[in-house]
Amino acid sequence: MNIVVCVKYVPDATGDRRFNDADHTVDRVGVDGLLSELDEYAVEEALKIVEASDGSEGEVTVLTVGPEQAADAIRKSLQMGAHKGVHVLDDAIHGSDAAATSLLLAEAIKKVGAESAWDLVICGMASTDGSMSVVPAMLAERLGVAQVTFGSEISVTGDMVSIRRDGDTATETVEASTPLVLSVTDQSNEPRYPSFKGIMAAKKKPVETWSLADLGVPAEQVGLAAAWTKVDASAARPPREAGTIVTDEGDGAARLVEFLAGQKFI
Amino acid sequence: MTEVLVLVDHVDGAVKKTTSELLTIARRLGEPSAVFFGTGVEQAKETLAQFGAAKVYVVEDAALGEFLVAPKAEAMAQLVEKTQPAAVLIPSYAEGKEIAGRLSVKLESGLITDAVDVKAGDNGPQTTQSVFAGSFTVTAQVTKGTPIITVKPNSATPEPTDGAAEVEPFAVTISDAAKTARIVDSKPREKTGRPELTEAAIVVSGGRGTGGNFEPVEAFADSLDAAVGASRAAVDSGWYPHSYQVGQTGKTVSPQLYIAAGISGAIQHRAGMQTSKTIVAINKDEEAPIFELVDFGVVGDLHTVLPAATEEVTKRKG
Repeated sequence: MNIVVCVKYVPDATGDRRFNDADHTVDRVGVDGLLSELDEYAVEEALKIVEASDGSEGEVTVLTVGPEQAADAIRKSLQMGAHKGVHVLDDAIHGSDAAATSLLLAEAIKKVGAESAWDLVICGMASTDGSMSVVPAMLAERLGVAQVTFGSEISVTGDMVSIRRDGDTATETVEASTPLVLSVTDQSNEPRYPSFKGIMAAKKKPVETWSLADLGVPAEQVGLAAAWTKVDASAARPPREAGTIVTDEGDGAARLVEFLAGQKFI
Repeated sequence: MTEVLVLVDHVDGAVKKTTSELLTIARRLGEPSAVFFGTGVEQAKETLAQFGAAKVYVVEDAALGEFLVAPKAEAMAQLVEKTQPAAVLIPSYAEGKEIAGRLSVKLESGLITDAVDVKAGDNGPQTTQSVFAGSFTVTAQVTKGTPIITVKPNSATPEPTDGAAEVEPFAVTISDAAKTARIVDSKPREKTGRPELTEAAIVVSGGRGTGGNFEPVEAFADSLDAAVGASRAAVDSGWYPHSYQVGQTGKTVSPQLYIAAGISGAIQHRAGMQTSKTIVAINKDEEAPIFELVDFGVVGDLHTVLPAATEEVTKRKG
């Protein structure tokens, strides 16, 4: 099976995250960034599927759209074991919304497919920055293939893919035949750490950089000016006022209930 | 007045509270029309009328229940073509957001997800979102096409009014391309008798500090008529089902009162509860980052504090 994994380079959630003052876009350049943690599950699932189809040829291509630093997300995926990388990089992409991002991913996936046909596109369940969870659905729409999303357990038999999807009201089993777009949750697997061998091997793996022109996407269709939504303002939430903290010396429960009663919760 | 389409979130006609919230919000933007997929509209009609739905479009096509997302997105697109609404409001659950995503591409219309407030503006709806684990607030608007907005639970207080809730069956044409991801099995989640996690006014969550014993957490929650949640650490340890996980990869909750018991307060968890109105924590470790967020905190062992507090609450409630 040939698999394309879509990954995103995001600001480190444990570090300082902010917006650019001028255009309210996420600052991806002036802060520490990394491969979105939730995309590691997508890379892992792809590697597992290819490894399970023993003997048969299968390649994992990792694809990202993002600034120069986004190459880090590709490198990490290659270190985990993906075979090659594609980086869609163009100054005109800055400020693209989910719709434009899905367009770029879809066009890049078609270009990958023109060289060798793909069976699966795998995405994480959400990015850890925008966390919209809509790009996999948008990709399926643009590629005209089945959408098998939020898989917490994945099984592949021949060209049939089946997932367990845990919804709010029910747990569903969803299946479709390839080609399709699959997204996986953080319940699906345990992402591997890159081994020393993997880190060394990654240095020799091919990474192609494609511009808008390479994809045949006009600059007017992407970037901040082409976005279908506009952010008017972004502001840090005021810090919460320091609360009362008591140490339990046998009276902790009583003081807790006193507080709740004072706030009219009881 | 221009119509505003509201996708009804329901299970066999039992309408979820988010729908009343969305109908209330829709009235700020125009005249709400409920969009009802599946069966059970007779049961749902009363609630939809009570919160101001003028019309109820009913789509009963079997494909909507047999295949994932895509047929619903096609049905919604056909309804938008017919009604030319001022906006489309969809509840922010996983499938809702996916329907919205596909609809956005189909209609070439802007999409805003996870709004916590929506107001009428000069150029259409203006939304407020809470982002980066609740540390930033963003206001935004759609600039192209029909605004598609997914709205989080608890984003408005449902206000009753009178709506006609005139039922109008709507026939859709679902393409073969949309009938590809088949739902071959569906097991309803077990009922706990507790409030729905994302809708509850009070949530009591347990984490690593429970050591796997959720009884004190559940008992305290029950004394307060609260929902029960769990941290990722507790879920990953297999102590509580994933569907109760509060955090970035679980549910986002924004209740009046959030009580974190034995939860350290890692960013992953904060992302799911930081916008709660009042926050309380019980934790043995006085250095736990959760204490940075609290209105009231107890440094102590939840296994002694919670049972005593449960007893006291029960006594007070008589």
